[in-house]
Amino acid sequence: MEIKLAIFYVLAAFTLWAAGVVVLGKNIVRAAVALIFAFCGVAGLYVTLEAEFLAAVQVLIYVGGITILLLFAIMLTSRISATASRVVNDQVALSAIAGAGLLAGLCYATLEGIPALVGPPHLPETSPFLGRALLTTYALPFEVVSVLLLAGMVGAIVLARKES
Amino acid sequence: MMIFADLVQALYAFTTSWGIPYVVFALVVMTIQVGVVVGYIAVAAMFLIWWERKISAHIQVRFGPMRVGGWHGWAQSIADGIKLLLKEDIIPAGADRVVFVLAPMVVFAASLAAYVTIPWGPGLIVRDLNIGILYMVSISSLAVVGIVMAGWSSNNKYSVLGAIRSAAQAVSYEVPMVVALLGPVMLAGTMSMGRLVEKQAQGSWLGILPGWYVFPQLLAFLIYLICALAECNRLPFDIPEAESELVAGFHVEYSGMRFAIFFLAEYANMFTVAAIATTLFLGGWDGWWVRLPGLSPELSHGLFGLAWFQGKCYFLIFIMMWLRWTLARVRVDQLMDFSWKVLLPLSFANLVITGWVVVAGPQGRLVVLGILLVLALTIGLAVRGRGRAATVVARG
Repeated sequence: MEIKLAIFYVLAAFTLWAAGVVVLGKNIVRAAVALIFAFCGVAGLYVTLEAEFLAAVQVLIYVGGITILLLFAIMLTSRISATASRVVNDQVALSAIAGAGLLAGLCYATLEGIPALVGPPHLPETSPFLGRALLTTYALPFEVVSVLLLAGMVGAIVLARKES
Repeated sequence: MMIFADLVQALYAFTTSWGIPYVVFALVVMTIQVGVVVGYIAVAAMFLIWWERKISAHIQVRFGPMRVGGWHGWAQSIADGIKLLLKEDIIPAGADRVVFVLAPMVVFAASLAAYVTIPWGPGLIVRDLNIGILYMVSISSLAVVGIVMAGWSSNNKYSVLGAIRSAAQAVSYEVPMVVALLGPVMLAGTMSMGRLVEKQAQGSWLGILPGWYVFPQLLAFLIYLICALAECNRLPFDIPEAESELVAGFHVEYSGMRFAIFFLAEYANMFTVAAIATTLFLGGWDGWWVRLPGLSPELSHGLFGLAWFQGKCYFLIFIMMWLRWTLARVRVDQLMDFSWKVLLPLSFANLVITGWVVVAGPQGRLVVLGILLVLALTIGLAVRGRGRAATVVARG
């Protein structure tokens, strides 16, 4: 049990350090690279919570897909990748309030124990349960999310297409 | 193989008798496992480099390396490796030092981590994860991250172009690859590499063929092989390092040991890809075996399984090398079109049909296949009819 706790603290520290570089780094490409490490750290945290499927999908989609596309976009626009970008803008106070509010909410949820916060259910294999739940109990939210993503994709194509 | 489980048991008994905590025991076992895998990768990569040079030479009516070591230049890779290790370590003045140094490590770590779930033989697997195949695919997708880091940190236009091409290629080919891999996973009902092989070893097709998934999933197998070539950045999909356009692509600025690590990771990746294809489609370690004289049945089965797995993997690697020295490089637009317009629809069709057959069960299978045949014929006739109408309109 203590080893698991030690691994959790190492992973948490690693994730926080990487996330700090993402937010505070002056160089945007370095920030994107640090984002990859932050995602990997979160995937490690999922593993300690016995959610292996979620961890693997996190690496596959966020690290292998989304961040790569992010880097792709940054590199194609040489103006932002060459110069150092501003880290803070005029909305510091506003975002500080929002961040503090989120932190307070999360602390309250963890300490007071909102019913949704329960420990891992210790299933022998998570993926079959996940698949069955997504296609039976949660079929409607699953479909709604699919339609939302499809709409986003169509919108992106319409915006990017040049009128000929 | 039972003998390895016995060895681990003996080690455990030994450490507990000395009062050493379980953590130390687990760490020792893990270190031994990693050592074995790293040693295997180093030897296999050196062999593969030598083998590729010989194959390419013979395809081009040459001899290839002949002098170092005596017999057909077998020690050429060892000599090259020592040379690369002894070279000066150069980091370009304009490079981003941290990212530049980190990039080869990320690439190699990604290819090394994928070896955890390779089933080498019956029961011979480092860790048989429940999500085995998903883990392998997701961890090997990390290699692209290293390539992009290398390309950008070199501060060289050729490197950046190579990295951008590599990112676009990897993201596009990952989609049909993962969808194609779902076919065998659906047939077996599991993602664990060990159980995928066991399911294939138990079954058989039409009573004579082995129960390997390559027979019902031939289309998925071909899609996976094509996508795997693209993931490995090998010809005909090697546009990220196209010599005639980009000098060497993302690793232009790398030399010495860092370059050697990129090279090692490339060949380690080739083996990973071949191992996935062998496990999911070619029955892994399943094959004919007899009891060897003087050995227990379990041990002889294990040894035969080991040999079958290696044989199938190296056969697939041979095909990849053969393709590399036979085909020409494709253009960027051809590459993208092929992935999104050909491979992706085919892999989705394979997924839907496989799902339908699995749900229909043994009784309904013929009905489903009949319906599919009628559908395919109708669509084919409709497309032909439309094509004819179009030509008539064009002529008129």
